[in-house]
Amino acid sequence: MNAPAYNFAYLDEQTKRMIRRAILKAIAIPGYQVPFASREMPMPYGWGTGGVQVTAAILGPQDVLKVIDQGSDDTTNAISIRKFFARTAGVATTTATDEATVIQTRHRIPETALHENQVLVYQVPIPEPLRFLEPRETETRRMHALAEYGLMHVKLYEDIARFGHIATAYAYPVKVNARYVMDPSPTPKFDNPKMDNCPALQLFGAGREKRIYAIPPYTQVVSLDFEDHPFEPYRFNAPCALCAAENSYLDEIVTDDKGGRMFVCSDTDYCESRQAAGHHGSQSAAPYKEKAQGGSHD
Amino acid sequence: MTTIAELPPGFADKVLSAQSTFRSVMDAMARPGSVQRIIPMAGTAGPMMRGTAAIALTLFDHDTPIWLDPRISDSSDVLKWIKFHTGAPVVQDPSIAAFALISDGVLLPTLERFALGTNEYPDRSTTVIIQVESLEAGRSFDLRGPGIDDVATLQASIRPFDLFDRLRLNETLFPRGIDVVLVADDFVVAIPRTTRVVSKES
Amino acid sequence: MYVAVKGGERAIENAHRLLANARRGDQSVADITLDQISEQLGLAVDRVMSEGSLYDRELAALAIKQARGDLIEAIFLVRAFRATLPRFGASEPVDTGAMRVQRRVSSTFKDIPGGQILGPTFDYTHRLLDPSLAEGFVPEAPATAEASTAPTPRVTDILGRDGLIEPSPQAEDGAGVGDLTREPLNFPANRDLRLQNLARGDEGFLLAMGYSTQRGYGRNHPFAGEIRFGEVEVEFAAEDVGFAVPLGSIELTECQMVNQFKGSATEAPCFTRGYGLAFGQSERKTMSMALVDRALRARELGEEAIAPAQDEEFVMSHSDNVQATGFVEHLKLPHYVDFQSELGLLRKLRKEFAEANAPDAMKEAAE
Repeated sequence: MNAPAYNFAYLDEQTKRMIRRAILKAIAIPGYQVPFASREMPMPYGWGTGGVQVTAAILGPQDVLKVIDQGSDDTTNAISIRKFFARTAGVATTTATDEATVIQTRHRIPETALHENQVLVYQVPIPEPLRFLEPRETETRRMHALAEYGLMHVKLYEDIARFGHIATAYAYPVKVNARYVMDPSPTPKFDNPKMDNCPALQLFGAGREKRIYAIPPYTQVVSLDFEDHPFEPYRFNAPCALCAAENSYLDEIVTDDKGGRMFVCSDTDYCESRQAAGHHGSQSAAPYKEKAQGGSHD
Repeated sequence: MTTIAELPPGFADKVLSAQSTFRSVMDAMARPGSVQRIIPMAGTAGPMMRGTAAIALTLFDHDTPIWLDPRISDSSDVLKWIKFHTGAPVVQDPSIAAFALISDGVLLPTLERFALGTNEYPDRSTTVIIQVESLEAGRSFDLRGPGIDDVATLQASIRPFDLFDRLRLNETLFPRGIDVVLVADDFVVAIPRTTRVVSKES
Repeated sequence: MYVAVKGGERAIENAHRLLANARRGDQSVADITLDQISEQLGLAVDRVMSEGSLYDRELAALAIKQARGDLIEAIFLVRAFRATLPRFGASEPVDTGAMRVQRRVSSTFKDIPGGQILGPTFDYTHRLLDPSLAEGFVPEAPATAEASTAPTPRVTDILGRDGLIEPSPQAEDGAGVGDLTREPLNFPANRDLRLQNLARGDEGFLLAMGYSTQRGYGRNHPFAGEIRFGEVEVEFAAEDVGFAVPLGSIELTECQMVNQFKGSATEAPCFTRGYGLAFGQSERKTMSMALVDRALRARELGEEAIAPAQDEEFVMSHSDNVQATGFVEHLKLPHYVDFQSELGLLRKLRKEFAEANAPDAMKEAAE
């Protein structure tokens, strides 16, 4: 039996060239979904294969990689993907946002502002923002070609008529560089403003749907809205219970079965850095201690 | 007549050199007007510059039809080098080329002759690689567009002199268009179809 | 005090060890060998090779063992390995007319040149559980005969000689064979890509789609013109050698459906075709594939495409079980960030609803 031998960063060079060419076109046409011949990866479709292929195509030995899922470095799929690259590419990994050169993410944009020497790689399940309004690729492709986005505005307007608000809380559609309507991936709309005029390059990989798209640095990204119903990011009523941050995205933790709740930062690196810098919330242990190794979840 | 054994070599380390070269080109494309350096070196054939050779080894293969300007396509060494190291088919018709190699900007054909993509598939367009004299000195061009924090100033000595005027077709064609990569020795600058010149000093 | 959950890495490693133990099962029971899987669960191996798009019995058997018999998981393992293999080119088209047939049946003619050959089949077995198979069963030796040298021309070729069936649709001159694993799929897709998609497609999905055409959702009046299973030679035309080099032989099942005829004022009426091909012995798969192939030809045959099986985007986008299982199962991954966002919105909408619907007196009291 032929024992498989794998290349640096897993993908073979021909595949990397194909993905790299797609990335260049994606950057040249901001928000446009470039079809690419997505490969079968050793993790399931829907579990980050698009992001993994983009990361594998750009990653080099000098890079420092951070992987987050739901904002956290410690979620199982984030760990699994980080280990995959540590093993196949031997790259350094980090949990610190500002130390990373490549950040692969699922569902969040880090709270710490990104800088110019960073690439943010998003895992995307359904890249087509119009898909749930029109299931046919042939139709949605035509709509993008003609910049015919009336259907999306009708949908958002119907929300307003029914609920009084635009009832989209995540994967909130944006318009990139005043041309393409784009799906930001299922990030909460709280994160949408971070995409606008961002110093870092943002790359999006959808493996199962075989699309790559991009937002170059310093590019205008506008959340779709109406003059009388402007886009409003999600706001929390309470600060983080651990680090007292007032402007971060919070996870709701159910603490008992009697309605007990607490809210803590979804971005674990941000929260821990703040605690280390002396910020304390109502529930934090003071003084802050290094996070426990191993744990109780085995 | 050059035999394969005498052909200038490709990358010493194919995998890591291609990755490093790609990152330079990607950074160039993401930050139009910024000058990026291509570090890994390969042998060059005929009129190819070092940066051009590295880009060819990084992005060309069986799936990318290549169009060459008359000066390069006259060089059997370059043809052999491209075929041997990349396997890319050389085509006569620029409108089906994934990449075009222009050794000297005076040989640049009318841009409309290249693949401009379609409104449905604007990505199916030619990336034109043009070798220029300098990307450090020369006329200065103020550039705006995605990837640029307000204004980027490029100082370059470029032929054809009216390249940026010609690239105005990108304004009317968008999202169709031509993406340009400028190479001077081992420096690279990209001008994607979204970049606009806002002023230029003569 | 609250401590966030940590230790996912150890949890993953432990889960992998648990899986390895569950896979092995009771260690007092003998370890199953790849030969045993390949020889005794041969049809499972055939399916994994077909939908995994890789003809390698040993690797398919390994995948089945590793996947604990979960064939979709095994197909996934084979696909992921296949994706890393270098691709040298496309073989010459295999000649199924020259197949060394082990089984060959036609439902359209009582007898055909070369004969009907029943071969190894479940057909006509009584589906009674057989306790004698439970252990140590030694089958009776089958009757054998000298291999026939008579040619076994394809039934569709016999029909074709008289123009009774449309010629097999030909690709444009010089058009290479598409490969959807190398080029992203665009719609509308040509038949080469549709057939590739169906060949890799989930047997259960194709079965249901093919069945739906028989029940009237895009009916196309099929006859099983011929189903044949046997060995064919694979040849590869190497550019630098100048002639086709034999690579070896593989087992294939081919199904040619003969379907309702078409015709027009300018064209004499003739039967139409549906085609199925798979590795190994895979009759259900190839028959379903042939039904769906024919259904998907609605556009080129000028039929109105109204049924699910005739809808190219629908069929091709949902036929792949590796894609489908990944996306369905990804719902297991955490989604709490999105859920939080929805929760917040829902609470806000409910609050506004309650306020809007509260009796005026209460509203005033509240103010």
